[in-house]
Amino acid sequence: MSTQVPEEQEQSETDEQVDAETEVEMGGGASYGDQRRAERDAQREQSVSGAPADIEGETFRLKVFRYDPEVEGKMEPRFDDFAVPRQKGMTVLDALIYARDRYDTTLTFRHSCRQAVCGSDALFINGRQRLGCQTQISDLEEPVRVEPLPHQDVVKDLVVDMEHFYDQMHAVEPFFQPDEEPDGDLEEYRQTRENREKIKMSTRCIWCGACMSSCNIAAGDNQYLGPAAINKAYRFAMDEREGENVKEHRLNVMDQEHGVWRCQTQFSCTNVCPKDIPLTEHIQELKREAVKQNLKFW
Amino acid sequence: MHEHDVLVIGGGGAGLRAAIAAHEEGADVAIVTKLHPVRSHTGAAEGGINAALREGDDWELHAYDTMKGSDYLGDAPAIETLAQDSPEETIQLENWGMPFSREDDGRVSQRPFGGLSFARTTYAGAETGHHMLHTMYEQVVKRGIQVYDEWYVTDLAVTDHDDPEDRECHGVVGYDIKTGQIEGFKARNGVILATGGLGQVFDHTTNAVANTGDGAAMAYRAGVPLEDMEFVQFHPTTLPSTGVLISEGVRGEGGILYNAEGERFMFEYGYANNDGELASRDVVSRAELTEINAGRGVDDEYVYLDMRHLGEERITDRLENILHLARDFEGVDGLEEPMPVKPGQHYEMGGIETDENGQTLIDGLYAAGECACVSVHGSNRLGGNALPELIVFGARAGRHAAGTDLGEPEITTGRTDDSEPEEDLDTPVEPGAVSAADEDVAADGGERTDDERERSERKSRQTPSGDGSRSSSDVASDGGAAVVEPDETVRRAVERERTRVERLMEKEEGVQHAELREDLQVSMTENVNVFRNEEGLKQALRDIREVREAYQDVYVNDPSRTFNTDLIHTIETRNLIDLAEAITLGALARDEFRGAHWRQEHQERKDDEWLKHTMLSWEDGSPELWYKPVILEGEDKTYEPKERSY
Ligand SMILES: Cc1cc2nc3c(=O)[nH]c(=O)nc-3n(C[C@H](O)[C@H](O)[C@H](O)COP(=O)(O)OP(=O)(O)OC[C@H]3O[C@@H](n4cnc5c(N)ncnc54)[C@H](O)[C@@H]3O)c2cc1C
Ligand code: SF4
Ligand code: FES
Repeated sequence: MSTQVPEEQEQSETDEQVDAETEVEMGGGASYGDQRRAERDAQREQSVSGAPADIEGETFRLKVFRYDPEVEGKMEPRFDDFAVPRQKGMTVLDALIYARDRYDTTLTFRHSCRQAVCGSDALFINGRQRLGCQTQISDLEEPVRVEPLPHQDVVKDLVVDMEHFYDQMHAVEPFFQPDEEPDGDLEEYRQTRENREKIKMSTRCIWCGACMSSCNIAAGDNQYLGPAAINKAYRFAMDEREGENVKEHRLNVMDQEHGVWRCQTQFSCTNVCPKDIPLTEHIQELKREAVKQNLKFW
Repeated sequence: MHEHDVLVIGGGGAGLRAAIAAHEEGADVAIVTKLHPVRSHTGAAEGGINAALREGDDWELHAYDTMKGSDYLGDAPAIETLAQDSPEETIQLENWGMPFSREDDGRVSQRPFGGLSFARTTYAGAETGHHMLHTMYEQVVKRGIQVYDEWYVTDLAVTDHDDPEDRECHGVVGYDIKTGQIEGFKARNGVILATGGLGQVFDHTTNAVANTGDGAAMAYRAGVPLEDMEFVQFHPTTLPSTGVLISEGVRGEGGILYNAEGERFMFEYGYANNDGELASRDVVSRAELTEINAGRGVDDEYVYLDMRHLGEERITDRLENILHLARDFEGVDGLEEPMPVKPGQHYEMGGIETDENGQTLIDGLYAAGECACVSVHGSNRLGGNALPELIVFGARAGRHAAGTDLGEPEITTGRTDDSEPEEDLDTPVEPGAVSAADEDVAADGGERTDDERERSERKSRQTPSGDGSRSSSDVASDGGAAVVEPDETVRRAVERERTRVERLMEKEEGVQHAELREDLQVSMTENVNVFRNEEGLKQALRDIREVREAYQDVYVNDPSRTFNTDLIHTIETRNLIDLAEAITLGALARDEFRGAHWRQEHQERKDDEWLKHTMLSWEDGSPELWYKPVILEGEDKTYEPKERSY
């Protein structure tokens, strides 16, 4: 399904979210836990009544896409609003966690490392693919609008199906294929600093899928390998430790109908990649290599 | 029911290495993991892998440094295995294409790290773990190893014998996160737990949100002892607002720590005599907090780590990732300003007790990686020693589970004649157990499961004394349980988990996991942190008990079967409760100062009394504490405890 939702379908849910909170009672005398709970309740009250407890004394509006294929009342896509207290250094992921833990534990999104290495929280934030954990709230206009990655099937709320992305990554033989083993047990392949430098950026991919989601071509052609997979191929094709034969094979894989030639150098992938990988450049370079190889065979 | 020879639970560094090793031995192996493998937390490791690769270095030096770094609480056979196998395993990664940083001659680079007598930390920029994780995942793809990703393992399928030493593990129960189906996974040869760390026990941690110690908690409740849990490593350089790690590589390259007064305190206040900023992590963490507590911290919260003097070229060449981290997560430009840092939870030195082959006390159950404790880190892990642990012991566990003979282990698991019970620990509340009226709690609140209750009733009929000191010979080998087919063991476990999940989902109201998790984390950070005292530890135990009782009333708000993270976090929270308690109990009992475990009232290492591992067994719904001696005898020498000074 598409993630685009017409404005009129949005509804503000903040109050409802909070009303639905259950009062929690716990036994035992005064303890640290009680104190925490009292603070938490006070904070929750305040952030709803518009007099939040944060240092700067304000909240911001977080608008989140919601959809669940099997829960009544959630099958129709909509946006929920949450009032989140602004805090110094707060990221979009922090805000989502806050909204989930304080207001609505059914709010669903992937996340883990919260430091831009696991690639699980690529989201469509204010109209652009970004990692939630890497995006400071202070850098965004309000309301902060969070949607699942466009052009992917939505599983629930902000979670998209990544299977197709993984399939494309797997399709380029994403593993090292050297010609021969180095001599001796403890011998490494020698690799020049220059060559490592050349592949360095391409090895940084965290499989977040932002590039694929931003690419018009990929959206229109399901078989197009896409920027991440081509970058993966680049990573090996340019690694001097793999021999010429393998490189030739890799270029052949790139040189097919749904390979590098589909790319129309729109740079959208390069613009959104959270790891600053020069994807379009890598694709262009593989195009040139493929041409060179074809010339060689003439 | 899915069926494989070897099941690996977890797709991080340890899990992937184990799976590849088992596959190379010809086993039909599958990985079951709650995150897609490339999302595992191994990807966050920055600094590097210790391996004695170069002239002037050898495995014996590596072993010696590790033993000393462990404050003599590591077991020599494990440490020597780590040091011996690491070079080959590290080069294996290179041979699989891992893009290590390079020297001018094309060989992999090494750099100095804290507590090492040789610059033996092999690295790939400041993103070593990312490259290691992806390189191994590539090998998994190459070999066509089956991966069940986004499957959450909720429990182990273990036979129901009285004595844990008689129990066998035949598989696991998996919950398909995408569809909500609960299914059995049977392992013909063995199950390898590689579920990683437990940083979520604390509220300021370098660990991922998924690091909830599931494997350790499941193994513990199945009857495997947890070892040395009180030894939690706090890393001295984490960003104050998020806990994101600034690698030790920064200090390795020459980064300097300053207090608010601009003093280079590691030297000026005599925290370290030789190594300054590169003293062990425990030493540096304490120094920082001492500065902060003495009013010399910035904003009463942190100190500065400065790398500007290294120069832009060196920084971008070797520490580029650090620039990104400081900018994205703290808004600081590391080329222009010093970075704010403070200590944060980083690594659990303890874990599931295993031998050098990864085997636990329960037949067919293995563990490797951060969830395990072969005892290579003792009371303090040296930087760069966890990644080799993953590949060395991951590979060994994989091979052994696949049936390869790795020889008799020198480390024995479980109780033996030289283990001793903890006799008179004074705890403020009864640990583990919940209040007397626990018979019909709805959720899985840490009360006894039906199985456990049945087992203990049967046992009290058989052995009225029940003095807790058991060796395997005490109990008849069928342990009093009817012999059950492996398939049936898995089926029963599946049934149990279905009921547990149903109950959690059916409950209409109660308390939500997020609140309990927060209470637990805050209390642990407050009371069981870098500095510890008796009063705080007891307070933590009371708080944990309170959370445990409240957990009986936990409910899942989300009725959906599709991607129900509410349910998963609820189950994870139960695991955190058990692990927090294990950490705190061990810490309260150990009244000495060793490695990362600092006690206010006990400022010395007491080798006469405490050269022993803290062991914790889950006995019919509550923890039991006992000890086993440390093994200081290595292959050809015995490591004599020396004072650690840096
Ligand atoms: C920020 C950071 C930096 C570090 N830097 C270094 C370094 O430079 N050098 C070094 O030696 N060490 C370093 N460490 C330590 C080291 O990285 C970790 O100890 C190690 O990566 C843990 O690997 P693992 O395979 O045991 O677990 P992880 O990589 O955490 O993998 C755990 C796996 O288990 C799965 N899992 C967990 N629970 C379940 C469940 N219930 N069901 C199914 N699957 C489950 C997860 O999905 C995941 O795939 C660092 C650690 C951190 C946090
Ligand atoms: S290339 Fe960049 S945007 Fe694409 S998956 Fe990799 S990290 Fe994400
Ligand atoms: S949470 Fe891992 S990339 Fe954002």
